[in-house]
Amino acid sequence: MSANGILLSVACLSVSYDSIRAVDDISFDVARGEIVTLIGANGAGKSSILRAVSGLIPYTGGITYEGRDLKNIAADRIVGLGIAHVPEGRGIFGNLTVLENLKLAAWRRKDKIKIKADLEHVFTLFPRLRERGRQQGGMLSGGEQQMLAVGRALMSDAQLLLLDEPSMGLSPVLVREIFKIILEINRAGKTVLLVEQNAHLSLQIASRGYVLETGRIVLSGTGRELTGNPRVKEAYLGG
Amino acid sequence: MAYFFQQLLNALQLGSIYALIALGYTMVYGILTMINFAHGDLFMVGAFFCFLLAVYLKLSFVPTLLLSMLGVACLGVIIERLAYKPLRTAPRVSAIITALGVGLFLENFTLALSPYPKHIPPLLKNVTWTVGELSISSLQVLVIVLSLGLMLILDFVVWRTKAGMAMRAISWDKTIVPLMGVSVNKIISLTFAIGTGLGGAAGVLYSLAYPVIDPYMGIMVGWKAFICAVVGGIGNVRGAMIGGFILGAVEILVAAFFPSTYRDFVAFTLLLVLLILKPYGILGRPQPQKV
Repeated sequence: MSANGILLSVACLSVSYDSIRAVDDISFDVARGEIVTLIGANGAGKSSILRAVSGLIPYTGGITYEGRDLKNIAADRIVGLGIAHVPEGRGIFGNLTVLENLKLAAWRRKDKIKIKADLEHVFTLFPRLRERGRQQGGMLSGGEQQMLAVGRALMSDAQLLLLDEPSMGLSPVLVREIFKIILEINRAGKTVLLVEQNAHLSLQIASRGYVLETGRIVLSGTGRELTGNPRVKEAYLGG
Repeated sequence: MAYFFQQLLNALQLGSIYALIALGYTMVYGILTMINFAHGDLFMVGAFFCFLLAVYLKLSFVPTLLLSMLGVACLGVIIERLAYKPLRTAPRVSAIITALGVGLFLENFTLALSPYPKHIPPLLKNVTWTVGELSISSLQVLVIVLSLGLMLILDFVVWRTKAGMAMRAISWDKTIVPLMGVSVNKIISLTFAIGTGLGGAAGVLYSLAYPVIDPYMGIMVGWKAFICAVVGGIGNVRGAMIGGFILGAVEILVAAFFPSTYRDFVAFTLLLVLLILKPYGILGRPQPQKV
C-alpha cells in the first residue's frame, strides 16, 4: 500500500493510565521485513506501545498498519489484519493443551491446509512443542511457554509480530535460542517489533532501535549505531 | 429391592433436571466468575414458555421444547447484554446484586401476567411399562434420556469444538483471548445462550414431570441447582452434572426411607459436610493465583 514499504506507522502516540502518562507523543515506523526494537527500563512505556498497537488499550494519536487506521478496530479483528502480539508474561492458557493453544491462535483463519502446514512449521522450529502437544500449557517450563507463545503468533499467520520481553525469566542459553529463532522467523519474511530490557541481544539482531525513557523516545538509530552510543552503553549495556 | 430401584429411577429423573440447571450456573461462572442468580428464574420462564406454546399455540412436544430453549436462550443473551455487560469491570458484588434484581424482575413480571398457578397439559402420551415389580413411565425415560443427551452434546461442545476451546481459554484469562483473534463478547453471549437454553429445557422437562407451574417455582429449584454446581466444583461442567445427580439421589432416597419433611434438611446437611471435606467441590481445583 505504501510506496516506501512502511508496514506499521505510529504517529504522536500517547497512552495514559488514570492521570499517569505512560507513553508521551511517540512516533516511529516499522518497514516491511525489519526487526525494530524498543529498549528501555521497566516502566518506560514499551509494553503500552504494543498494547495500543494491538488494540488492547485506548490511546490518542494515530496507528496505521498497511495504510489502514487501526483506531476503531477491536483487538480480535486487528489479529485478522496480520498483527500478532506475544504479550508480556507469554499469556499461555494453562488449562488448554499445547496443541489447543496453537489451534486457538488460528481462530480467524479458514485455510485448513495452510493451517496444517503452519502447525508443522511451528513443530519444526520448536520440536519440544510437538513432544508436549497433549500436555496442558500450564505444565510447560518458562522457555517452552515462550516457544509456545511465539508458535501461537506464527499460527495466526501474522505479517507483523509484536514481541514483549521474550527474554524475561529465561536462562541465558534459552534467551540466545529464542533470539536465534526470532532472527530465523524474520529471515523467513516476518516483520518484528521487539520490546526488550535485554538491550544487548536485541540491538544485535535489530535493524533499527529506539530508546525509551519515561514514555518518550530519547534516541534512535540502527542496531549498530545504538550499540556504539556511549549513552546506551552506560545505561543499558552495563558500561 | 424393587422399591429401591423405583426410587433410583425417580432420583435420576430429578437429578438430571438439577444437573441441566446447574450447568447454566457453572458455565457462566466459569467464563465470568459471576453467579447468575437469575438463572433459576430463567428456568421458570422456560416452564412458562412451555405453557404458552402448548396451550395457546397447541404445539406438540418437540417444537415446544426447541422453541422454549430458543426463547430462554435469547432472553439470557439479552439479559447479559443489558444488565451484566455494563458491570463486567465493576466489583463482583454489584453484578450479583444485579443478577438478584433481574431474577426478581422475571418473577414479578411473570406474576403480573399470570397471578395463578398454571397447569401444563400432557404433551405426550404417558405409557407405563412394568418390568418385574418395577414400573417405568415413558415420561421418566424421556426426561432422563433427553437430559443425558443434552449433557453429552454440551460436553462435546466444551471439550471438542473450537468454541469450547475459546470458552475454556476465557475462563483461564480473558484479557489474552482477543490476541488470538477471538471476540470475547461473542463467546460470552454463546455461553449464556447455551447455559440458559439448557435451563429452559429443564423448565420444560420439569413442567412435564411436575405439571403445575407458578412464577416462584424457580427460586427453590434454582438454589438447589446452584448448590449442585458448587458441590460439583463451580466452573466445572462435569462437576455440575455429578452434583445434580447427587442432590437428586439424596433428596429422593431420603424422602423414600425417612419422613418426607426430613428431605431438604438431610440433603443440605450432607452437602455442607461434603463441602467441608472438599471445599472446592468434587471436581473443582483451587485456582492458581494469576497476576
